[in-house]
Amino acid sequence: MTDKTMTADEAVSRLRSGMTLGIGGWGSRRKPMALVRALLRSEITDLTIVAYGGPDVGMLAAAGRIRKLVAAFVTLDSIPLEPHYRAAREAGAFELMEIDEAMFMWGLHAAANRLPFLPVRAGLGSDVMRVNPGLRTVTSPYDDGETFVAVPALRLDAALVHVNRADRQGNGQYLGPDPYFDDLFCEAADAAYLSCERVVDTAELTKEAAPQSLLIARHTVTGVVEAPNGAHFTSCAPDYARDEAAQREYATTPWPEFAERYLASPEGTGS
Amino acid sequence: MTVTRAEYCVIACAEAWRGNGEVLASPMGLIPAVGARLARRTFSPDLLMTDGEALLVGVDGTVEGWLPYRRHLALVTGGRRHVMMGASQIDRYGNQNISCIGDWTRPKRQLLGVRGAPVNTLNNPTSYWVPRHSPRVFVEKVDMVCGVGYDHADGAPHHRIPRVVSDLGVFDFATPDHSMRLASVHPGVTVAQVREATGFDLVVPDEVPYTREPTERELRLIREVIDPQNARSREVGA
Repeated sequence: MTDKTMTADEAVSRLRSGMTLGIGGWGSRRKPMALVRALLRSEITDLTIVAYGGPDVGMLAAAGRIRKLVAAFVTLDSIPLEPHYRAAREAGAFELMEIDEAMFMWGLHAAANRLPFLPVRAGLGSDVMRVNPGLRTVTSPYDDGETFVAVPALRLDAALVHVNRADRQGNGQYLGPDPYFDDLFCEAADAAYLSCERVVDTAELTKEAAPQSLLIARHTVTGVVEAPNGAHFTSCAPDYARDEAAQREYATTPWPEFAERYLASPEGTGS
Repeated sequence: MTVTRAEYCVIACAEAWRGNGEVLASPMGLIPAVGARLARRTFSPDLLMTDGEALLVGVDGTVEGWLPYRRHLALVTGGRRHVMMGASQIDRYGNQNISCIGDWTRPKRQLLGVRGAPVNTLNNPTSYWVPRHSPRVFVEKVDMVCGVGYDHADGAPHHRIPRVVSDLGVFDFATPDHSMRLASVHPGVTVAQVREATGFDLVVPDEVPYTREPTERELRLIREVIDPQNARSREVGA
């Protein structure tokens, strides 16, 4: 079977400027920060980023790598408003497709199922329709005749996700309470790069955890990156909690200064 | 014992979930969270609640279910949920904004983003909590409609905004055109004070009742069991 292990830099070397990238996790939780850091070290730019946004979005925005963002929110959780994202938005730095959390999920589902869209009872009557004039509606073909938003598939050129454990073939395991939507990101993408806290033998994955924790299936994964502390400073339960001090430092330090420290340290401990 | 303003707010929030049955109470903000726990321990014992992450938990923290984000979103559209959201702006028809202030294309102040407000408001009852009632929050017209108000809902089958609670009073939309009405003022607050703090013409009935008093048992639960650290007083002062 194919050994898909590679370094974060090798994974990023397969990405190109102008691509549409999905980034897993949620807010400041289980973000693939080792992969994001490798992306920031590269020259790749002009990206369309699709994410339940956290510091991944803030950093890429601060570094000027985003052409367009697809998101329902950007937050650091314990710090509700992401300062670098805010600054970029207030400067009009990139295009935004602002959609609702459920619309976002159904867009990923549509992409994963090779459907052009899925109907959802969300968005109608809100300014999501005004700020996204490209969004279409669809009428139920059945007797109810209700109108829904036809959420377009959020197809991705590549997905970046981080989980607790994985084997060398790309079977990924989450041990925390919430899978977020990481499996969907992988299924919605042409290529997916999975970083993990620890690469283990396949048999070891189910030694202490139930098979239901095997969130990500290897046929949806292109590359496996062993990245201990790879979600830092976001949380990666149960391996570690969010590093609140590091996050505060990120939120209060001018980006160039923070980036110099953060991108230079191999584990991304930030200081 | 003197009941504090924060405690009246807790009672007003708790009342939002009265009679809701076996639905998920989703409180956002500290006082709504204390209110939801109070409702669950007293008059609405069948409410479902989360640990703030992905677990459904009982009053003593016993895990009784799993509710990660993807299942939470299904629960929203299934309708068995009553959320109380925050609002950076809210207008007379209950349109709510948490996305940005100013022009959306280049906002003066970028806020959180629409989050789940569009899906919430079209699928399950959505109430709002505003800890500091002011004309900057209660505006003539919100800058970005995130939560859908009555004038934008177009008769959507599951749209309902049961109440808005602020540090000054309780508001509903029980008027012919569903414009916001003052339902009660918290003791210590005057109607004139509410009018002055509201940036649009509020419907005010001839008789405005006071928000009800907590019972002795409720007060004890709030003070000794649910919020013994008195965090509520940091969200709403005296």
